[in-house]
Amino acid sequence: MNLELIKEKSKQIFIETIKVHWKSKETRVASSVSPIEIFCVLFYGGLMKYDPKNRFADNRDRLIVSKGHGSICLYPLLADVGYFDKSELAIVGDKESFLGGIPDPVIPGYETVNGSLGHGLGVASGIAKALKLKGKKEKIFVMMGDGELCEGAIWEGLMFAAHHKLTNMIAIIDNNKISMLDFTKKIIGEDSWCEKFQSFGWEVARVDGHNIEQLYSILKSWEVEGDRPRVLIADTIKGRMIPGIENQPLSHVMSISEESYRKILEENKYE
Amino acid sequence: MSNFVAMRDSFLERLHESMKEYKNSVFLCADFGSPVVDRIRRDFPDRCINVGIAEQNLINVGTGLALEGYSVFLYAIAPFITMRCYEQIRVNIAILQEVRKMNITLIGVGAGCSYVVSGPTHQCFEDLSVMRTLPNIEVISPSDHHLSAAVVDYALKDLGGCGARYLRLDAQLQNEIYTKECATSVLQNGLCEIIKGSDLCIVSTGYMTHQALKVAAEFNRDGSKVGVIDFVKFLNFNTSELLSVLKRYRKIITLEEGFKGKGGLDNLIQDFVFEHHLSREHDLASMGIPPRYGFQLGSREDIHTAYGIGRDQIAQKVKMLL
Repeated sequence: MNLELIKEKSKQIFIETIKVHWKSKETRVASSVSPIEIFCVLFYGGLMKYDPKNRFADNRDRLIVSKGHGSICLYPLLADVGYFDKSELAIVGDKESFLGGIPDPVIPGYETVNGSLGHGLGVASGIAKALKLKGKKEKIFVMMGDGELCEGAIWEGLMFAAHHKLTNMIAIIDNNKISMLDFTKKIIGEDSWCEKFQSFGWEVARVDGHNIEQLYSILKSWEVEGDRPRVLIADTIKGRMIPGIENQPLSHVMSISEESYRKILEENKYE
Repeated sequence: MSNFVAMRDSFLERLHESMKEYKNSVFLCADFGSPVVDRIRRDFPDRCINVGIAEQNLINVGTGLALEGYSVFLYAIAPFITMRCYEQIRVNIAILQEVRKMNITLIGVGAGCSYVVSGPTHQCFEDLSVMRTLPNIEVISPSDHHLSAAVVDYALKDLGGCGARYLRLDAQLQNEIYTKECATSVLQNGLCEIIKGSDLCIVSTGYMTHQALKVAAEFNRDGSKVGVIDFVKFLNFNTSELLSVLKRYRKIITLEEGFKGKGGLDNLIQDFVFEHHLSREHDLASMGIPPRYGFQLGSREDIHTAYGIGRDQIAQKVKMLL
């Protein structure tokens, strides 16, 4: 696998995400740049089966994007891999567009409703259970945010998935450590996700969520099913590479300044 | 089967029979059972799942199974399968159905005061209105075990065309009102004028239809002609039939074990009467639970009387309007 290509794609997706946000300020930019490398590894790394020409193909792996707001980076990515035309990116939020401030399943590539948090893991567990009942081999990926983990329904789903040995499930936590109003540790305590997931019966791994090699390596090794559902804690930085927004406690509700926007486009830098 | 049967037993019996043929059907409960559930569990261990006391997850897991093509039956106590997980129903059933077709039946046991001495946590006066406000979900409120059993086939074949439905079941044994033969057509129709009256009718739902029938029988024995309309389905009901039936009456009393004036049966009928310009000729009255939570114990009739919908109180209302 050409990991350099995934790095190039990550840069491209970053720049285009910034442009999408500039077009439609209601989109959440800070939480949408933290999972860029995770999505790029899944889509460009050959780790997830998908068919843009047949979005509900029976043999697709299912991707449930539970942290809907923080996935605007998927707009340019889904366009890039062929789910819809790139011209759609120029009209985000407009009357004619299906790409809104929060992604909805009218967008090709999205499976479920994602604007309300804490639903993805339980729905994914039902999908995983269905595929197990049918003896099918497809995988289910669930993308969640660490702030979202405050939602109690997720923990109901975690217990269910472990008890039912849903080994076809891989949850990924975009652990950017900031919720809407503050650092999550100030809201709900120090980060102990690994211990929590382990005690709920999940196999846990933790990586740098911006490091393509680490992300690819662990997800590649997880192509072989284990004996428990798996969760990857991907440590990320909210608002990464956006001047004035990166790692700010209120970054979720911050919009990019004109100065930052120009700087990002002119420098064209992402590493 | 005797004539005195719990709605849930007939429903579950029929489901148990159907699960042999409909291999894509699954039954999930939130740690809530019955002897028939035990048989479903024994005969279909892979397709009978207890998610534990976790109604939010019940809806979420059910959604996932439905997205993969299963016909999903979700079973719990009425207030918990509606309000405990309302956001999950709104997002993953009502909204998602706009884009992805699913087949999901929510079965809530314990309509109205049917958990008689369990108090306001287990009694359910809100489900008709809160579930009725959601698009893409039919609310079905049967009055006997033939109607509830007919919902199994109705759901498996999605005869309502809505994809999702909330079935509101009484927890107690009730006498039959219909026959097995006519139940399917009553369900499809969504309402039934059980007693044809002349001037005044009671429009009731669920258990209260039994009360309405008793009150009407007393008046009609003395020569009055009080009509009774059993209202079964709160979406996709036969509007032309309701219109033609209501046109024959000048006085209408709605009767429900639900909060009065909060969007349940009374408001449905009032809106219907208004929309069809019947209001000028019609005298409308509604009987339901007043806006408070009570802790009255005793019989169901004692509780109804405390809330103002006891049988004598219904009779007084009829007498006043006649």
